[in-house]
Amino acid sequence: MDAFLLQVLSGLATGGIYASLALAVVMIYKATHVVNFAQGEMAMFSTYLAWQLIQWGMPYWGAFFLTLAISFVGGVAIERIVIRPFESHDATLSVVTVFIGLFLILNSLAGWTWEYTLKSFPSPFPAEAYLGGYLSGHQAGLFAVVLVTLAIVYAFFRFTPLGLAMRAAAENPVSSRLVGIRVGWMLALGWGLAAALGAVAGIMVAPLVFLEPNMMGFVLIYAFAGALLGGIDNPWGAVIGGFAMGVLENIMGVYVVGTELKLTVALVIIIGVLVVKPAGMFGRTVVTRV
Amino acid sequence: MKPDWRIAALAAGLIVVCALPFLVSDYRTFQFTLVMVYAIALLGLNILTGFNGQFTLGHGAFYAIGSYTAAILMAHYNVPYWATLPAAAAVCLAAGFLFGLPALRLEGLFLALATLSLAVAMPSILKWKGIEQWTGGVQGIVLIKPEAPFGLPLNQDEWLYYFTLAVAILMFVLAWNLLRGRVGRAIVAIRDQPTAARAMGINSAIYKSVTFGVSAMYAGVAGALGAIAVQFVAPDSFQVGLSFVFLIGAVIGGIYSISGAVFGAAFVLFVPHISEGISRAAPQAIFGAFLIVFMFVMPVGIAGFLRLAWDWARRRIQRSSHVTGEAS
Repeated sequence: MDAFLLQVLSGLATGGIYASLALAVVMIYKATHVVNFAQGEMAMFSTYLAWQLIQWGMPYWGAFFLTLAISFVGGVAIERIVIRPFESHDATLSVVTVFIGLFLILNSLAGWTWEYTLKSFPSPFPAEAYLGGYLSGHQAGLFAVVLVTLAIVYAFFRFTPLGLAMRAAAENPVSSRLVGIRVGWMLALGWGLAAALGAVAGIMVAPLVFLEPNMMGFVLIYAFAGALLGGIDNPWGAVIGGFAMGVLENIMGVYVVGTELKLTVALVIIIGVLVVKPAGMFGRTVVTRV
Repeated sequence: MKPDWRIAALAAGLIVVCALPFLVSDYRTFQFTLVMVYAIALLGLNILTGFNGQFTLGHGAFYAIGSYTAAILMAHYNVPYWATLPAAAAVCLAAGFLFGLPALRLEGLFLALATLSLAVAMPSILKWKGIEQWTGGVQGIVLIKPEAPFGLPLNQDEWLYYFTLAVAILMFVLAWNLLRGRVGRAIVAIRDQPTAARAMGINSAIYKSVTFGVSAMYAGVAGALGAIAVQFVAPDSFQVGLSFVFLIGAVIGGIYSISGAVFGAAFVLFVPHISEGISRAAPQAIFGAFLIVFMFVMPVGIAGFLRLAWDWARRRIQRSSHVTGEAS
């Protein structure tokens, strides 16, 4: 039972990382109806930036917030420069292909600049264990950071005029434009926010998995699975789905399929959800008029 | 009677590819063999994504299944190498059809997601302890390169080149035959006007899942040939990057065409060789940049561009001959 509780709690901790990244994916999906396949690589790149800043002698939290700011600007820039020209194209092929291109460029740029060797990433949290040894210091800390981040994102969208404008632009672009919201910029801001959220996920997961250019690949697949499980157009669902994936990953890995096949769990969940209930647990069923 | 340039060009091309092994080194011959192997896989991608409009990021997984089918048959059951190709084709046709059935319910983006997760999970499935006695686990399987039969005066690389060439020609002719007639029109109609296609009586479900199966079969045959050519299969050769390479090749070669597969295969195999001198990361960066630039300026790829250029040149020639004809 103790071991089980340990798996659940540490699953919730890694689930927080999946939840942040899943939320980033859902934010972009809600606004533009595309899934950003490069989200994980953007997060990885941000994490390298943070590592570099810390190497240059910046204090941890200074580097943390500066990275978030840079990622935000970078996300806005990517939307404006790379993604925007394809907005008019409706074809999935072009958008997804551009995402894959972005994925490859970010991945190789990171490898080019910082080499492919594993780097350890510092954790700002004390090493002692919490909750009677069930959670390591970093896990407890990252859990807190993720919860605070999610609360801020929620408050931003719920209580600020800008958040309202962004929600409106995603929900109904035409009407939003009529009432004077600059829809294009709202999308770009959404990309910026998603990039910053991804940066939080990357910086928090890096001490657990080591920093290297491919570190976010698996995280992204779990985040996708989480987002789909919760409902790809529902931010709350994505967060819950992300946490659920963290727990499921651990429990399936330890008790059912073994650690080697953990990734297959994500595969089965992605395909299972898409086939059985594409709207996910909390999503809206989309009806298309033909 | 106007001369058919396309047949003339095809004949000339055939002569060149037949003479090639005698003109270049064995290593180059081996590389050209791999180009043909990739071209077969890319053709599968073109049929599925280009002609049928089903987006896939997971053909590396079917390539892996084909490779492992061939390797396991050769290493454990002493099946001759040429006989593994139909087996790999059948296994991948079935696997693709079965994967294509649930994929019917998925629209473009989500199909991409599902196939991507298949490609990501594939290496860990191949490493699974439960099937280790056949797959060899992380170590993989080492194969023996086939000798030329009937006492032909060819070394192994040359024989493999001609063998692959024969298979590739067969696969390309099959694809051309499939796509040019009624079936091909139905496949394209499902991409362009799914509702109208259904109204015209096309069984969209069957067509889509069979197309998925056929496309996976192409990847599987390519995988089997690839395993025979490199004499080695291991889970880590089938990472998700392989599926990305297929997408890159298909897009850059020209995903809406048959001949694009050859250009794409040459691109993804030779560009890394040229650019590796710059940095280990350079090939990938170049791939990514090319992908985005091609989507901007030339979404029809090299093959589509050549066709446009050819049409343009022919119009110019016709117009000028028309003008001179009037003057004389």
